[in-house]
Amino acid sequence: MATFVFLYFAAVIVMAASLVVLVRNPIYSALSLLVMFFHVAGLYVTLHAEFLAAIQIIVYAGAILVLYLFVVMLLNVKREEQFNRQGPVALFLGVVLLTEAVLLTVSRGFTVGAPEPGREGAAVGNTESIGEVLYSTYLFPFEIASLILLVAMIGAVILSKKGIMESK
Amino acid sequence: MFDTSIKLALTLSQIGAVMGVVLLTVAVLTLLERKVLSWMQDRMGPMEVGPYGVLQPVADGLKLFFKEDIIPAGANKIMFSLAPILVLVPALIGFAVIPFGPNWTIDVMGVEFKPFVISDINIGVLYILAFASIGAYGVILGGWASNSKYSLLGGLRSAAQLISYELNVGLAIVGVLLLAGSLSLVEITEAQAGGFWNWFAFDPVPFPQFIAFVIFLIASVAETNRLPFDLPEAESELVAGFFTEYSGMRFAFFFMAEYANMILVSCMSTVLFFGGWHAPLPFLQAPGMFAWVTGIFWFTAKVYFFLFLFFWIRATLPRLRYDQLMRFGWKVLLPIALGNIVVTSVLAYIFPN
Repeated sequence: MATFVFLYFAAVIVMAASLVVLVRNPIYSALSLLVMFFHVAGLYVTLHAEFLAAIQIIVYAGAILVLYLFVVMLLNVKREEQFNRQGPVALFLGVVLLTEAVLLTVSRGFTVGAPEPGREGAAVGNTESIGEVLYSTYLFPFEIASLILLVAMIGAVILSKKGIMESK
Repeated sequence: MFDTSIKLALTLSQIGAVMGVVLLTVAVLTLLERKVLSWMQDRMGPMEVGPYGVLQPVADGLKLFFKEDIIPAGANKIMFSLAPILVLVPALIGFAVIPFGPNWTIDVMGVEFKPFVISDINIGVLYILAFASIGAYGVILGGWASNSKYSLLGGLRSAAQLISYELNVGLAIVGVLLLAGSLSLVEITEAQAGGFWNWFAFDPVPFPQFIAFVIFLIASVAETNRLPFDLPEAESELVAGFFTEYSGMRFAFFFMAEYANMILVSCMSTVLFFGGWHAPLPFLQAPGMFAWVTGIFWFTAKVYFFLFLFFWIRATLPRLRYDQLMRFGWKVLLPIALGNIVVTSVLAYIFPN
């Protein structure tokens, strides 16, 4: 049962992710991304990471992708005006990543199945365990991330308020 | 296998019951809103259908069923059909985690069963927020797919509004989560037992969340696209906003979603800030076996109070202008919500329960 569920999610994720780059219409592209986010969240739920699943939907589907759609609609991109000139670079990167994936699969032995759920997840509520790990083991990366976000916020303020840096 | 089928049957009947009540409440609300507005404006409201107009929702429903379903020329047919569903489903799905009665577990033929909540998941609050944010897609896509500038403008406004005010809803709840120490709506309600002075909105130690509640209420009025924040459908500017081109049952879906969202938000206010099923004074709670009667009564009473508040606000306040809405959300509500989190967490650290 677990394997079947995993295969379903994995197959839909791969298909939706390919559709994101293959579909011509940017709106359909964004919607396949939405489908993909939902299935990634579903995968998290099967791994007993409910907190991550909810955050996945709130942050990616609920905020970031809505902004994408917002911009896409404002721009109203015509079919001819697309930016599809990264073909060679994409091909190169794709070949490299694919080789890497194939090599890893071959070296580890090919198996199909759901990955094991995390150990802590099932026992304590995983929201608590994420909180504890985040503020003890990973405190330093956490602080760095917040610093970067602060810099980004200040940057956004300076960019949007033109003339704030000039002295009167 | 037998256990699984019993569990499935129980859960499905529970979902059926909750959906039935919610949709019935939606029907009641369509009439109640018109009546309440009428009374506030010194009118009678609908009086023609049935005694005192009480059958008006039935007439409205029949009318919407038999209306012609129009898809405008140049519209994107798939998206146009998908949008109402994308709005209604997230609005209804949130009720799965709302506890509307005492947290009992009964044993039905060897299967554990919670009669008063469909699913007590440990991230209940996040679950509701996640699906509330999905509702925005239906509005945006509906606006875009209609191939009409009023619809598109309504959809764009709504996207900006929902993103801005979602943040305030989330931040307003954080204080409650700090005090309850859980994301499960059942545990949050349990933490508020024993009289109204223990409800998070009033609880004096460590810090009453009344400010957070006001922020939550304002932001959720904005999230449900109700007056005074109904810019996505502002009649005087955009005809009807994102659902200008919709007719018949598709229009009804948007309409039902708005009311279902109102009920959901009222349920959330009740659970998070006003003690859920707990009675305001301990002696108003029936003991033992009959606790569920008073539990459901108080829950319903509180939810209807908030629904009335929605109508009251609609009848009282004029619509905001678009830039005022954005400024208010980002420059007034957001700092207050953040300040509330800081004060609450500091006080919760100094005075732990």
